[in-house]
Amino acid sequence: MTESRVLSLNNLSKRFGSVVANDAVNIELHRGEVLALLGENGAGKTTLMNMLFGHYLPDSGSIDVADEAGEMHPLTLGHPQAALDAGIGMVHQHFTLAENLTVLDSILLGSESLLSWRHNRRAAREKVGRIIERTGLAAPLDEQVGKLTVGERQRVEILKALYHDARILVLDEPTAVLTPQEADTLFENIDAMTKEGLSVIFISHKLREVLAFSHRIVVLRHGKKVGEIATSDADERVIARMMVGADTPVTPRETMEPGAPVLQLKAVTVKGDNARTSLHSVDLTIRAHEVVGIAGVSGNGQSALARMVSGLASPDSGEMMVSGNKISRFTPPVMQEAGVGRIPEDRHHDGVIGAMSVAENLVLERLNDAEVRKHGFLQQKYIRSQAEELSKDYDIRGPGIDADARLLSGGNIQKLILARVFECMPDLILANQPTRGLDMGAAAEVARRLMEARTRGAGVLLISEDLDEILALSDRVIVIHDGQLIEAHSKDRETIGLMMAGEHV
Amino acid sequence: MIRIEPREAPSRWWTIGIPVVSALSALLLAAIPLAAAGANIFEAYGEMYKGVFGSTFAFTEMLTRATPLIFTGLAATLAFRAKLWNIGAEGQLYLGAMAAVVVGTGMIDAPSFVLIPIILLAGATAGAAGMAGPAYLKTKFGADEVVTTLLLNFIILIFLQMMLEGPLKDPMGMGWPQSEPIVDNAILPQLLPRMRVHSGLIIALVVAAVAHVMMSKSVWGFKLRAVGENAAAALHAGIGVKRTLIGAAVISGALAGLAGVSEVAGLRGYLTTDLSPGFGYTGIVVAMLAGLSPIGVVISAVFIASIFVGADTMSRAIGVSSYLADLVVALSLICVLIGGFVARYRITRTTKGDA
Repeated sequence: MTESRVLSLNNLSKRFGSVVANDAVNIELHRGEVLALLGENGAGKTTLMNMLFGHYLPDSGSIDVADEAGEMHPLTLGHPQAALDAGIGMVHQHFTLAENLTVLDSILLGSESLLSWRHNRRAAREKVGRIIERTGLAAPLDEQVGKLTVGERQRVEILKALYHDARILVLDEPTAVLTPQEADTLFENIDAMTKEGLSVIFISHKLREVLAFSHRIVVLRHGKKVGEIATSDADERVIARMMVGADTPVTPRETMEPGAPVLQLKAVTVKGDNARTSLHSVDLTIRAHEVVGIAGVSGNGQSALARMVSGLASPDSGEMMVSGNKISRFTPPVMQEAGVGRIPEDRHHDGVIGAMSVAENLVLERLNDAEVRKHGFLQQKYIRSQAEELSKDYDIRGPGIDADARLLSGGNIQKLILARVFECMPDLILANQPTRGLDMGAAAEVARRLMEARTRGAGVLLISEDLDEILALSDRVIVIHDGQLIEAHSKDRETIGLMMAGEHV
Repeated sequence: MIRIEPREAPSRWWTIGIPVVSALSALLLAAIPLAAAGANIFEAYGEMYKGVFGSTFAFTEMLTRATPLIFTGLAATLAFRAKLWNIGAEGQLYLGAMAAVVVGTGMIDAPSFVLIPIILLAGATAGAAGMAGPAYLKTKFGADEVVTTLLLNFIILIFLQMMLEGPLKDPMGMGWPQSEPIVDNAILPQLLPRMRVHSGLIIALVVAAVAHVMMSKSVWGFKLRAVGENAAAALHAGIGVKRTLIGAAVISGALAGLAGVSEVAGLRGYLTTDLSPGFGYTGIVVAMLAGLSPIGVVISAVFIASIFVGADTMSRAIGVSSYLADLVVALSLICVLIGGFVARYRITRTTKGDA
């Protein structure tokens, strides 16, 4: 066999101050191969890819890329243009398309000089057409990007990379925003592309799809490559162990008899500007000792539901009752008073005040408690001892209780929020994307705490885009689609996937 | 390529050394125009030093100048901590001064210990009212307070002119647009005989200390900081964001109003349209220089007052244009602000790729 390597990362290292983000990482990629890059958050996947793209300059190490003839050449480091010229394309998790351009214009944008634009349009259209034919990446070329679905937008991003003659494609968590069906289509397209000789690196958290669609798996932990395995030799347990360095704790759950209702929604309608902010006459009951999971693709009304239960928005009609009491004013203090604990979706934006200390953040929701305030002044002694205690109980690791909360990692920020919310012993817990972006250890801790609250007698409203999480934690699963709630009567992945896509089953 | 990132923990050496280095570079830079104007640099700086530390009189003059700056610096500090950009301290200062004049020129006859608190309260209330409007417009309609407070300054100044030509005009003022004098019982007592420094300074220092305690120890200060640092999280946590903002606005306006009372009842004795040479605006510089710390405001107000008074004396003593004094002041401020930036941020040069 001739040289089939297309990319070789040699001993790449990168430090940020005292943090080692990547430590002598070696990775090879072959022609037509799908390589899955796995690792917990903060394992160094993003840093590695940023070095490949020239966004970061490695402290040491080199990168070799094959040219069209298959000859390996060293890549000029620290220059994104050099990476593009060498045929490396990237599809980011958050799309970078302009909504008001047509699909074709979006694909061309950046590749043509403005002067030759019109002249080459026809040829460009033909080239895009040929790529679509070869790969099956169907996209309406003359439609505005703003009107496309998320899955279609992602295809446009990939088409754009291929149009730029990418021979190596990096996909950063490509299925995070897709329904299971859309994800399957994506992997079919990837399959077709690799048959054409394209090589793919895809970054993912989801073990299931990594096992189903990759050829080889590389696992990073603490910036080091800790494992490399042919997918045919791997199973979930093997990979999970590589990622966390130990077997993943399984969330223990016992069957419990649901108690009295803690949340009741009756014909609640929220009129938003669009589907993202609307609910259409929904009914929902959550009882004590019960976790109800809301499954759905983001932007189907989850935020309207969460904002209302958080007290940040009022419904236009219908009523909401917490522990049997009707809520007439929708404000955060009213919800706190009613016994609703709220774990916000965007923990950095809504959950903590980064420039204030860990101790101060821990009492953020308790400023009116007699223990926290006396004659209008903060009871520093209580606040500090409370913070010490909670940091220990909830294992909040960081530079200490007086350090700014922004210095904590995502997982520790979430633990801080859990500590704050759970210490108030809420009857109803709104957990909105509680483990998004967390590593497995922190995610398992969140799950354990939610289960603990359920045992204690709280009801949990779990909103998540991670179907695996919903299936693992929920007693009942409800699918949200287009502002409506539909109870799923079985925990069958296929059925729920179809419901998430709006099919009636 | 240049990258700017915040320093994790500025070292002690930096926090002390940087201001000294920036003050020295300011003096070096200011030497250029001074030399060009034909002045002897050493003589010039000697006069500047003498203008502040040369005599008790010089020193107390500096403190007199620092007094309103402490008030306006605190006004800016409290508002800015809540991310409420009150640019209207100048106008609120005049509102406070007007209220002091209305109440303190014979409307009420009372002994000092009653009348002085009354005019302080009147001035603070007037200043607070001046900031309440923009705060209401911001929380109710989202009106940008930078625009509303800035424009109000001009409206208030014109209103003041109208008042000084009309109802507040001193009939004994020989036609000058000035108010009647403040009655003796409303005058803030002097601190030293034959010196202009007055008890407004003491009030300013007390207010700064109270502001420091409130900001760091009270629930009110906690809420203010929380709203300023992350309003979304504060709202989510149940803190009344609008209420906190309006509270900060009212206190900020009241402090600016006190600056006006202090100037009119402590120093001038009557009100004219040139009561403040931009104390409201300079207060913003004072606050930024102090890193929005109430105690820091006292230090930076003293520093800026020293530069003002020293440069003024220098230009008179060696006979150079007073514009040169302004130039020295401006250069000092720029250098110290750059110095503060350097102390807080690291500027690193990233080398180009060498593959």
